[in-house]
Amino acid sequence: MKFNLSKFITDSQIYKSMFRHGYSTSDRDRALSVMTNVFFHLHPVKVRKSGARFGFTWCAGGLSFFVFLTLVVSGILLMFYYRPTVEYAYNDILALREHVPFGIMRELHRWGAHAMIITVWLHMFRVFMTGSYKPPREFNWVIGVILLVLTMLLSFTGYLLPWDQLAMWAITVGSNMARATPFLGHEGPGAALLSIGDIQLIHSGSDVRFALLGGRFVGAGALLRFYILHCVAIPTVVVVLMSVHFWRIRKDGGISGPL
Amino acid sequence: MFDSFEHLIDAVSSPVTIFTFATAVFILFVTFPRQLTSKWVSLGTLFLVLAFFGIGLTDEHFRKIVSTPDNVPIVGLMFIFGYFTWFAMKKAVENDRRIEKGEPTVEQLETNDKVLVFPYLIFIEFVIALAYGAMLVIWSLWLKAPLEEPANPTVSPNPSKAPWYFLGLQEMLVYFDPWIAGVLLPTFIIIGLCAIPYIDRDPANSGFYCYKARRAVIIAYLFGFWILWILLIIMGTFLRGPNWNFFGPFEVWNVHKVVPLVNVNLSEIVFIKWLGVGLPKQWFIREWPGFAVLFLYFAIPPAVLARTALKDVYKKLEPTRYLVLVILLLVMIALPIKMYLRWAFNLKYLVAIPEFFFNI
Repeated sequence: MKFNLSKFITDSQIYKSMFRHGYSTSDRDRALSVMTNVFFHLHPVKVRKSGARFGFTWCAGGLSFFVFLTLVVSGILLMFYYRPTVEYAYNDILALREHVPFGIMRELHRWGAHAMIITVWLHMFRVFMTGSYKPPREFNWVIGVILLVLTMLLSFTGYLLPWDQLAMWAITVGSNMARATPFLGHEGPGAALLSIGDIQLIHSGSDVRFALLGGRFVGAGALLRFYILHCVAIPTVVVVLMSVHFWRIRKDGGISGPL
Repeated sequence: MFDSFEHLIDAVSSPVTIFTFATAVFILFVTFPRQLTSKWVSLGTLFLVLAFFGIGLTDEHFRKIVSTPDNVPIVGLMFIFGYFTWFAMKKAVENDRRIEKGEPTVEQLETNDKVLVFPYLIFIEFVIALAYGAMLVIWSLWLKAPLEEPANPTVSPNPSKAPWYFLGLQEMLVYFDPWIAGVLLPTFIIIGLCAIPYIDRDPANSGFYCYKARRAVIIAYLFGFWILWILLIIMGTFLRGPNWNFFGPFEVWNVHKVVPLVNVNLSEIVFIKWLGVGLPKQWFIREWPGFAVLFLYFAIPPAVLARTALKDVYKKLEPTRYLVLVILLLVMIALPIKMYLRWAFNLKYLVAIPEFFFNI
């Protein structure tokens, strides 16, 4: 008898322990391949035909999630090489460029970040144009808006980390706006009203910009804060909200379709 | 080769002409969606845009701006969103035609058919993920991530720009103080987006593309997205140079370009130019014309519209929702109004109280 490699592999105990079901074309098996796979079972077993079409969803939401995953992977790899201190940050990025062979991890991460902003905007655009935010999906739209803001904040906090002129001054320009926050920024309207006698409660060392930067200007404190926000704090919130977002799609009746 | 064309474009380019031109194109698009998404108009528009880019790329300055690594996504974004706006509108127009004839929409024909996620949907997702992965790798091999000189707090580049997705806000700084452009308006954008499903609540016309039945909502959204967000990002990225001065697309960014600052406040116009009495000392006397204008702007339109043009909307939404809707719309429209006031009358602030940083 002729040796059949693919049959040998698919018959082995190792393979069968990983994939419980073979590639069978019966509806039952196709349903099982979704239900018995932890990643596939984010989906329902069946979806509306109109909703499964690329022409309807543009795949923008799913693609945003995929881009997020690639950013997590490339970001973790970058963390091996990067130290968030004023002494090392720039040199680590430089070393990454000069010494790591075939190093496109930083490129994948940076361009992926831009791509994610575009796909998230595109997803919102599609959901709007199909009226998919309407009841019963209103709250999921709100979660989506928060995720959109967090996506931009993720990109914004990551922008500082290379610690070059581009990074520092972009964050300086961006965070200067926080100075003008009403009541909470030291150049904002109403901040002067918050005082006890002659003592100003809101000044450049206590306002919302100071809290964001951990200092009066973009320096070591800001670098560390942005690093932690970028790598730990915001991604954690994003993951939690994404779980709710995906779960609610199912609970609100699956992908939107006409009544 | 195209020098005269480039000079012409530079000569007519200014914030006011570009903004007005884009708004005019937008109005045409939402008024005649069927005609403008037809085959020949679409292809013609695409050809014109590509021709403009093709000619542009022969110019050294244009090429440099467009191919700056961090600007490449914006060029991509313009084409991606241009395409998908066209695509969504085309589908909407087709569904509108079907609804008019009493036929079900394209999506309604299929909505009761269910397909198995595996393999149909998983296959689509797999192909898209693969295509995206390939594109990202090619993009990464082709363009190096930028790395400039090490950060130096004593040398500030001119112009200093925020990351591109915030450049719409930075562009708004030309017309508003930071507390409005950087804090108030972004807050309103976020709140406004969140409020959409609580104002537009009718579950009919959801789950498929359509235009006529949701005209007002779609126009408001597209105007906010395209004109007040994307257009401002494009202006802020490609057309703002040193000292945040405006430059045409083919104009070299000259650091020494001098633009006279002749902006005046409303209080100066009223008390000095019209009354000829000089500015009063107390701010609450000095600024009452501005406060009056603001009060009228936010009080009269909601009341008048509720009895006239938006009568049905008022009835449908009831007072609270109606008020939220009108205020959000008024804040949105305030941005282009302030822009035109600046261009037409050099108006700097409606209310200017530098005593406690309260300028509008």
